[in-house]
Amino acid sequence: MFAAETVEAGFFLEHAYLIPLIMAASFGLTLAIGKRLGKHASWIGIASIGACFLFAIVANVQWADYVHDTEHAAEAKSDTDDHGSEDTSDDGHGDEDESNSEDESHGDDEEHSIGPVLPDDVGPTVDGETAAARAPPVEAAAPAVPAAEGEEIEIVPITKTWTWWTNGTVEFEAGMLLDGMAVMMLFVVTLISLLVHIFSTDYVAGDRRYTHYFAFLSLFSASMLGFVMAQNTLQLITMWELVGVCSFALIGHWWEEKPNSDAALKAFLTNRVGDVGLLVGMITLFFAAGQTFDIIEINTLANEGAITHTALVVASCCLIAAVMSKSGQFMLHTWLPDAMAGPTPVSALIHAATMVVAGVFMVARMYGVFWNGLVIGGSSINFLAVVGGVTVLGGAGLAFVQSDIKKVLAYSTISQLGYMVMALGVGAWTAALFHLFTHAFFKAGLFLGAGSVAHSVHSFDMKKDMGGMKQFMPKTYVTFMICTGALIGIFPLAGFWSKDEILAGADQLGSGYSAFMVVGTLGAFMTAAYMTRLIYLTFFGEFRGGHHEADAVVSHGEEDHPVDEDHAADPLDHADHSDHHGEPHESGPRILIPLYILATLAVVAGFTNIPDSGVLSWVPEGLALQFEHLFEPRGGYFPSLSEVGPTGVTFAHPKFDIAIAIGSSLVGFAGIGLAYAWYFKGMGPHGITERSKIAKAGHTFLVEKYYLDHLYTGIIAGGVKGPIAKAVNWFNKKGLDGIVDGAGKSAVVGGKFVYNTLDQKIVDRAVDGSGLAAEGGGQAFRQMQTGKVQQYAAILFIASVVLAGTFIIVI
Amino acid sequence: MDDVMLNQFLLLSAILFSTGVYGVLAKKNAILVLMSIELILNAVNINLVAFGAHNGTIVGSVFALFVIAVAAAEVGVGLAIVLLIYRNRRSVDLDDVAQMKG
Repeated sequence: MFAAETVEAGFFLEHAYLIPLIMAASFGLTLAIGKRLGKHASWIGIASIGACFLFAIVANVQWADYVHDTEHAAEAKSDTDDHGSEDTSDDGHGDEDESNSEDESHGDDEEHSIGPVLPDDVGPTVDGETAAARAPPVEAAAPAVPAAEGEEIEIVPITKTWTWWTNGTVEFEAGMLLDGMAVMMLFVVTLISLLVHIFSTDYVAGDRRYTHYFAFLSLFSASMLGFVMAQNTLQLITMWELVGVCSFALIGHWWEEKPNSDAALKAFLTNRVGDVGLLVGMITLFFAAGQTFDIIEINTLANEGAITHTALVVASCCLIAAVMSKSGQFMLHTWLPDAMAGPTPVSALIHAATMVVAGVFMVARMYGVFWNGLVIGGSSINFLAVVGGVTVLGGAGLAFVQSDIKKVLAYSTISQLGYMVMALGVGAWTAALFHLFTHAFFKAGLFLGAGSVAHSVHSFDMKKDMGGMKQFMPKTYVTFMICTGALIGIFPLAGFWSKDEILAGADQLGSGYSAFMVVGTLGAFMTAAYMTRLIYLTFFGEFRGGHHEADAVVSHGEEDHPVDEDHAADPLDHADHSDHHGEPHESGPRILIPLYILATLAVVAGFTNIPDSGVLSWVPEGLALQFEHLFEPRGGYFPSLSEVGPTGVTFAHPKFDIAIAIGSSLVGFAGIGLAYAWYFKGMGPHGITERSKIAKAGHTFLVEKYYLDHLYTGIIAGGVKGPIAKAVNWFNKKGLDGIVDGAGKSAVVGGKFVYNTLDQKIVDRAVDGSGLAAEGGGQAFRQMQTGKVQQYAAILFIASVVLAGTFIIVI
Repeated sequence: MDDVMLNQFLLLSAILFSTGVYGVLAKKNAILVLMSIELILNAVNINLVAFGAHNGTIVGSVFALFVIAVAAAEVGVGLAIVLLIYRNRRSVDLDDVAQMKG
């Protein structure tokens, strides 16, 4: 591997740790002087996040330079070192395996096979002979494309650490680990956060806790930014928890209403369940990796096979529990729709850039552990992929029956996060991160668009208060449609590229993983259908809202009178509504500009990773796969460079498959078409939920959200506080109380015995006796104290004579 | 200095010491007690000088000089106390000064 000591990283890369520090300072400053600034308090946050955004952009540019410089330096070196090794043909396969096992540092001229390796052929131990033996059929099945030139070059991450404190040999550090994925996340988080800040200045204008709101937005951004550049697992956990705390504070921003504070608590407590897994997993890794918190070291050791497989399995499974709660994976996703109780910009921030992607990011960050622990490359199915796959379908199914626009989007997020986790589970690392990247833009756009609509109609209920919004809010409508298209995956919007890459990634390893491609395609179908339903209910048809206003207008007889009593029950009423009229209207520029930006990104973000294989082989090399090229880690801590790990399977990149692309697009259009026919045209068996028992049961099952909330609050929590609590109480009374009572009674008996015999007869007598003895002795010695000096001297003299005599006799 | 000479010195010292002890314990006059203490100290001095001469070193003599110096100071303090007692009580009889009785 090439070392890149000679390559200098730019200033903004070296000092990227300033970004979270700026946001943390902004948090403190907003809290300290925000009240005095009044409605200008938001400027602190906006200025800080704006500065961070510029910082992140420059850091990204410098990162691209850094990658290119490293590659050039390495190429120059390899040219001088060994000229003939560049053109490696497929025949050299067996030799390479030998050279790998011989010497790791000899890897200058080793070539990666990125062709798919059939998992069936992989035995527990891979020696050179079997590798050579299985090589021909593999190559025949799918001709390996020679790796790109830069493929083997190690990109050294930029790290900085400060020792916090030392305990024995264990150092507790804080630090910065900047590699491609962290740099990419810096860009995403700062951008979304900046737009959310701007959007919020209009959305929560006049809120009674305006300062508090912006302070926590800052802290939220700071913790997420600190999270993505965490250098060690300890920092990772700390920032993870900080993100959780901030989401708690922001979801419960309007805590005066019980549902809001309940939702905040639910989010926090559900996350605590997963956090146990995080702690156990990280502690397992800490000890398994020889008492280190260093993420790179843990991943490297995992890739090298230095950590026992059992430890890796335990750690992976525990960490998956953390992902399930944080990233809203199925079973622990229930907090995410409830978290819609928070202000809409916060929902956008949570869903696009900060909270929920933390889980996905954590898996991506600890990918060496997951890759080797779950044997992703060498098995046909694994826990992570199953969790993701179930979530894709489970989340999408629930999105059909929601009437709250934000809850549809929330379930959509759950489903999309399922895609990411599934992609990580099937080994399509880059696809997962790429989908995270694109999803951040269009989902933020959708949430902010929903916020724009809700800001206008003062409700999130699509069935009661929306419909026909297209004519009232044409600009919001256009941006919303673009983001929806990206989410559904319509060519050539962003979602098309990333979703397709995930599907291709699920297909590449074959066997059991192909099932996940089917799951993903089915998910695409459902996504298209429920988003069409949402669009129909919100933007088309008759405007169903405004009846409150209409009544009020009649009764008051004037058109522009704000109706306060109707707004009282409205969660948006905390905002300033002085400019509201009876009819919905387009939002202001501070809401629209972020929407324009996000819609633009939803169009173009997908082009950052255009594949150059398959039918797209004409795409020039300089444009293709830039995302993968720049942001995928290349080093010993990432599985791509350690293909001879315990699994013995090469980390692969999916090829563009025109069949999958067309297939998933067709399925998506089928979903749109079906939903269009159902909702727009009123075709199909409407009212089947009333007529058919099966359909009704299915509908109820969905409406009740798979009864998971009942399971948690009714059976688990209720069981704990009901029968189990009673049983424990009975046991307490009969069992424990008996023991306690018995202990008490025997203590009384024993105490009496002790008092009567020991205390009164022995101890007291000893005490009395010592007193008497002291008194008698005092009386006796008192006689000696005459006050006559000479008598004292005589005693002194006699005593010294006696002592001297004794001394002489003894010696 | 041979052993015979040494014995004579030690004998003189013992007589002086015994006289001093008798004086300290038996005399009622504080001045006499102080003088007896001087006798004891000088008995010790004779011992020191005699042993020093016997061993051929001057250490004993040096010690004796120190003892004489300290004794002079001690007598100074002692006489001052006696003088004050006399001024207050018009007596230097030790039996009259029995306030240390508990």
